[in-house]
Amino acid sequence: MTTPLLDIRGLTKAYPGVVANDDVSFAIAPGEVHALLGENGAGKSTMVKMIYGLVKPDSGTMALNGAPYTPSEPRAARNSGVAMVFQHFSLFEALTVAENIALGMENPPKPRDLSERISSVSKAYGLPLDPESLVGDLSAGERQRVEIIRCLLQDPKLLIMDEPTSVLTPQEVEILFHTLRKLSAEGTAILYISHKLEEIRTLCDEATILRLGKVVGECTPREVSAAQMAEMMVGKSLAVPARAATEPGAVLLSVNNLTLPAASPFGTSLKEVFLEVRAGEVLGIGGVAGNGQDELLAVISGERRAPAGSITFKDVDISTDNPNSRRNAGLLSAPEERLGHAAAPDMSLTENAVLTGQARKKLAKNGFISWTRARAFADDIIEKFDVRTPGNATAARALSGGNLQKFVIGREILQDPEVLIVNQPTWGVDASAAADIRQALLDLAEGGTGVIVISQDLDELLEISDRFCALNEGRLSDPRPARDLSMEEIGLMLGGAHGMEEAHI
Amino acid sequence: MIRLEKRPTPSRAWALSTPIIAVILTMIAGGLMFAALGKDPFEVIRVIFWDPLFSERFAAFSRPQLLVKAGPLILIAIGLSLGFRAGIWNIGAEGQYIIGALCGAAFGLSFYPSESPLIFPGMVIAGLLGGTLWAMIPALLKIKANTNEILVSLLLVYVAEAILASAATSWLRNPDGQGFPGSRNLSRHAGTENPIPLEGLDVLGGFFDLAHVGIFAAMAAVIAAYVLFQKHLLGYQIKLAGQAPRAAKFSGVSPALMVVLCLGVSGALAGVAGLFEVSGPAGQITIDFNVGYGFTAIIVAFLGRLHPVGILFAGLLMALTYIGGELAQLLLQVPGPAIQAFQGMLLFFLLALDVLSNYRVRFGRGGAA
Repeated sequence: MTTPLLDIRGLTKAYPGVVANDDVSFAIAPGEVHALLGENGAGKSTMVKMIYGLVKPDSGTMALNGAPYTPSEPRAARNSGVAMVFQHFSLFEALTVAENIALGMENPPKPRDLSERISSVSKAYGLPLDPESLVGDLSAGERQRVEIIRCLLQDPKLLIMDEPTSVLTPQEVEILFHTLRKLSAEGTAILYISHKLEEIRTLCDEATILRLGKVVGECTPREVSAAQMAEMMVGKSLAVPARAATEPGAVLLSVNNLTLPAASPFGTSLKEVFLEVRAGEVLGIGGVAGNGQDELLAVISGERRAPAGSITFKDVDISTDNPNSRRNAGLLSAPEERLGHAAAPDMSLTENAVLTGQARKKLAKNGFISWTRARAFADDIIEKFDVRTPGNATAARALSGGNLQKFVIGREILQDPEVLIVNQPTWGVDASAAADIRQALLDLAEGGTGVIVISQDLDELLEISDRFCALNEGRLSDPRPARDLSMEEIGLMLGGAHGMEEAHI
Repeated sequence: MIRLEKRPTPSRAWALSTPIIAVILTMIAGGLMFAALGKDPFEVIRVIFWDPLFSERFAAFSRPQLLVKAGPLILIAIGLSLGFRAGIWNIGAEGQYIIGALCGAAFGLSFYPSESPLIFPGMVIAGLLGGTLWAMIPALLKIKANTNEILVSLLLVYVAEAILASAATSWLRNPDGQGFPGSRNLSRHAGTENPIPLEGLDVLGGFFDLAHVGIFAAMAAVIAAYVLFQKHLLGYQIKLAGQAPRAAKFSGVSPALMVVLCLGVSGALAGVAGLFEVSGPAGQITIDFNVGYGFTAIIVAFLGRLHPVGILFAGLLMALTYIGGELAQLLLQVPGPAIQAFQGMLLFFLLALDVLSNYRVRFGRGGAA
């Protein structure tokens, strides 16, 4: 065996109250695509942050090409040939691709030279991208390409990718995988973080599985089944969400020819949207991020008002009603962004329970909040949805993403909605919590609630939806029964690879 | 290298102890400044902080002054704290203070020489309304035209000062004043005077000897704000709008309503503070009637961490440094700017130490790449 590119030995990092990584060891060979697999809170992020120099390990060693490797900051990591594409992009929408890339460089070359280099790298790796286009006009897939090219310009030896496919259409995933395989063939190692098991099986050579900060297994993904990997990751077998087949009931919510201009320059306008949800059904809405998902949720939740006559709930026109009167009527919602939108980061869980529960759970009398009732409601959510937190006084931002998501979804479900619309209900949530959330949504539908699930996770949508439609540039396709759809068809409904064919070399 | 690490939840211990540490640090830094000016630092600090309250010579005069000075500061700062919590920055309380005083005085004087007991309550309402209406200008412009309330409210202070000057010299000028600028004296006329309930009773250590109705209004405002923030949905919504505007919108809080409410309440309280001042300690409308309470209240609101009880203490402390500062100028010939620098230090140390309640300081080796 040759010297591994990156050799990690006994890495440990503890935060007050939690050991994020406990004696983690693994090695990545040059050119290897290595998966780091684990639930949320398993310690994947801390691990890659240590490799990328954002966090300092408490003990343990790392070696890069046999030499000790102790990056004190990301710049040092980059200089050693380690690059990272984050899950959240850090791009300026009002600047061009080339300007964004230049901003991230230590010594940017002249703009013209840089554009040429961007074009040549994007051609060489099949990542179509125009250096002069404004980032604000790009799709999520294209933005990711900007981030990848930014990394590739540094000639990395190790490329870390954190959940890269969460924002891509199936066709775009194909393009990405093609690029990654090409990189790997040229000798660039890739550390691929994901919880999508099928992807890992298609792409990765080796996998290290983390659970609660410890390595619980290593495997060659091609040789084991997805179910086996899931079991190692979660430590128990996962229940596939199940529901009894029910006949959909009456139409509860209908959106009729809704056109709404974008609220901000880089927002999406909704165009001629028709939508119907019946009691007891799950309507899945797929689409790549930034195609109108936030806007659709905002206009249904009441955060943005619609022109009169465009939204009807239980035969009443609610287009211009405010969020709380919609909640009182039984129309609830949970937006995608947990921190700052669905929940206030610096407020306690009790205060966050009041955020949407106030109207329907009668947490206030004559305007005076009953904190006793609010605490009881928060405790109820924490208990029924297994939210791991020291207590209801903890600030929302102190919770892990998955736990906060359980809290947010639980807060709406426990208010007995008649129609519930959720955006990305399991985004960044660990596998077992995601399964719980999906099951809860299905149970809700079984009880007669009309559920709308907006998601970018197509497997999730196919698993739980009765009908499926796609949002593409603010337009909603006609719904189709979910069980007859193939991935290929869905990809086309989502707008294919957003007009971007793979560049031919 | 020193690094700051955000605490998962703000430290309560630090939040409570920083004001005390800040006062101590101010005394040390200020003491050094006074020493550099050739004064005995211990004596200056004693004159500022101790003598106004406890010296036999000055306490009898200074004690009642404390509340008279602190009252308007607290009343205005309480109003401002609503907006500051919601992220709505009313910088023009000084203007609302002037307009409130003008409206209240104009109302009272229009009934001159009647001495009806209904006049003073009417003046209070006029003061509230005047301040509110003046604050509605930045509020409506912000809602309708998306203007910046900081600039509009600030610039309206200078408009209000111009109106004040015209009132003092023409339309509110005392007809029996031999042409001197300034209105009739409101505080020496039954009906328009701001009553002092405990005058001459010699109770509560003398602190309340000159406490006019406005002082009690300030106390009531502290309690009302406390209840609002702790118990009421509106206080919750204000906090939510300031901390997470998108979450507030999602929750159903109307941003426009927040703007109107926060600017309206702060304008009303600033306006009524002006009315209490013009009918009490100031006595009449003059060209230089406003002395900066509206601006100092901004400092008081932040010194008190936008918390009603904190504002109460901050207002008292601020008033103390004013009274003590004047005493130090008088007795020890400490220059006025040095006193202002001393007050500035207090604010500086408080805000600087404030970081500690939200962040943890870590000392570690800084690695250079």
